[in-house]
Amino acid sequence: MGWRGSALKSLNGGFVWVDWISLSPEEWTAVRLSIRVAVVATLVGLPFGLLVALALARGRFWGHSLLNGFVLLPLILPPVVTGYVLLLLFGRRGPIGSFLAEHFGIVFSFRWTGAALACGVMGFPLMVRALRLSIEAVDPRLEEAAGTLGANRAWIFLTVTLPLIVPGIITGMILCFAKAMGEFGATITFVSNIPGETQTLPSAIYTLTQVPGGDAGALRLTIVSVIIAMLALLASELMARYANRRLEVE
Amino acid sequence: MTLTVDIRHRLGEFRLDIRFETAGGLVALLGRSGSGKTSIINTIAGLIKPDAGFVSVDDMVLVDTERQFFVSPHLRRIGYVFQEGRLFPHLTVRQNLLYGRWFAPRGVGTDFDGVVDLLGIGALLERRPARLSGGEKQRVAIGRALLAKPRLLLMDEPLASLDEARKAEILPYIEKLRDQASVPIVYVSHSISEVARLASTIVLVSEGKLAAVGPTAQIMHRLDLFPLTGRAEAGALVEASVERHDEQFGLTELRSRAGLWKLPRLDVPVGVRLRLRVRARDVMIATSPPSDLSALNVLGGLVSDIGSSHGAIVEVRLDCGGDVLIARLTRYSVQRLGLARGTRVYALIKSVALDRRSLSGPIRGISGADAAADEV
Repeated sequence: MGWRGSALKSLNGGFVWVDWISLSPEEWTAVRLSIRVAVVATLVGLPFGLLVALALARGRFWGHSLLNGFVLLPLILPPVVTGYVLLLLFGRRGPIGSFLAEHFGIVFSFRWTGAALACGVMGFPLMVRALRLSIEAVDPRLEEAAGTLGANRAWIFLTVTLPLIVPGIITGMILCFAKAMGEFGATITFVSNIPGETQTLPSAIYTLTQVPGGDAGALRLTIVSVIIAMLALLASELMARYANRRLEVE
Repeated sequence: MTLTVDIRHRLGEFRLDIRFETAGGLVALLGRSGSGKTSIINTIAGLIKPDAGFVSVDDMVLVDTERQFFVSPHLRRIGYVFQEGRLFPHLTVRQNLLYGRWFAPRGVGTDFDGVVDLLGIGALLERRPARLSGGEKQRVAIGRALLAKPRLLLMDEPLASLDEARKAEILPYIEKLRDQASVPIVYVSHSISEVARLASTIVLVSEGKLAAVGPTAQIMHRLDLFPLTGRAEAGALVEASVERHDEQFGLTELRSRAGLWKLPRLDVPVGVRLRLRVRARDVMIATSPPSDLSALNVLGGLVSDIGSSHGAIVEVRLDCGGDVLIARLTRYSVQRLGLARGTRVYALIKSVALDRRSLSGPIRGISGADAAADEV
């Protein structure tokens, strides 16, 4: 698997370096798929995360703590259990899965969309937590002031609340993205480990470690994982710094 | 403008049960902290939904619980200047000022440059709120509320969080606002000196109930209300006009109905009308015309009322040719001089007791001092 014996040529320093960072097509597929799955999981999860975080931070309704517990569940349950529950609900025969497949043509089982769903569900509690904390930190008196200036609730949210929680949104998205990049148990249980379709970075690394001579590939993918994680952290750091400068928190 | 408030509301142990109606100008809600002033204007703004009652501004009904009627805050067009400013931290001063414009009716009324000039905030426009001083924040908050073109402006102790110097910086702007910006104002305060300077009407609130309502001077001159309006700062309001300046001694002479007043030189043109606040503790009383005296202001009058004593102290109200003066004396002095209603007396006020802070521009239209003179 993508291993072209470069370790044997280790005396030729330059070549070794080039080979170390050149990934095989299969490995590239896993990297690209992982990024796509994590990005989709994060972006699709964000609006839902905002709604749930708003409800948890501001809403007073029956079942408040129930919703809170439900959202946190994937964080506490073994990932395999979460994956199995997803399989039961969103699988081809599952109540939600069959409904979506029939009416909207959306199929999750053994597709990359299923991997995105599993990753999104696993990252969701982290995202909601970050969003909720930042919403709770917004001074409701500022929103009240916007109301007296003529803004209705939707405008208040768009022009006051949303800009003030931008740092929280960035944090939440990065956390969700990182969790999605690393998600393994729920994904492999729900959509298995199909190269090119549902084999994300962790599954690919796992597979490589199970194959004789796969160590080098596993190591390369590990390095890629580290680089992606560092880039994500760096990006979040820069964005948070920019957002905080704009806010100049007193 | 006619503001009608008739509300009953419970907040935990506290009960608000108040009814009043006021005309335009600057209406001050005066009362101690915890008397319910802020709850009243929060109800006017729509931030509190009262348990029962009715609120209207002119012919626009805002709350009528009998008919289950409640207008949302954002539809009321009632500006609100909060005690702590509440500027949006993510927007520049300019963006803060323009915030209400998105929602205000187009065309008519307040122009941006006019408001910026009025409040002297032209140099701050590109800054962010975190970089403003307390006084600057409040001026921007006032501008932001004004530019939303409100039909009524509420101000909740806008000076409370500021030190004396910042207060002195902002008061003139609020005076200008009152006189130039043709927006009726409801001003919440616990400070009689602020209210004396600004208000045309006082609504006196005590423990969630109405204690008194009327023209500023009329309320200030009622001896029985001193426990509520604040004894230490109690005093009378006198309307006077600048008669002439005495350059040799650096004095300014004012003419009021009571007579001629001499003050340290004021930088005000001859003919301008002023409102002079004379604190009760700065007034002495003599029963015969005094001679060989340093005090320059000696005004003759009649005792019109003697308040109930509290400890050694008692307040005495004088009618000096139509102007009211109030003197704080000891009970002993009152007895020694034999003061009673109708006694002819002379009020003595040191010129140096009357400084810049005792003065403000006259309140246009409503002469509280006139109204008070006819009363009792």
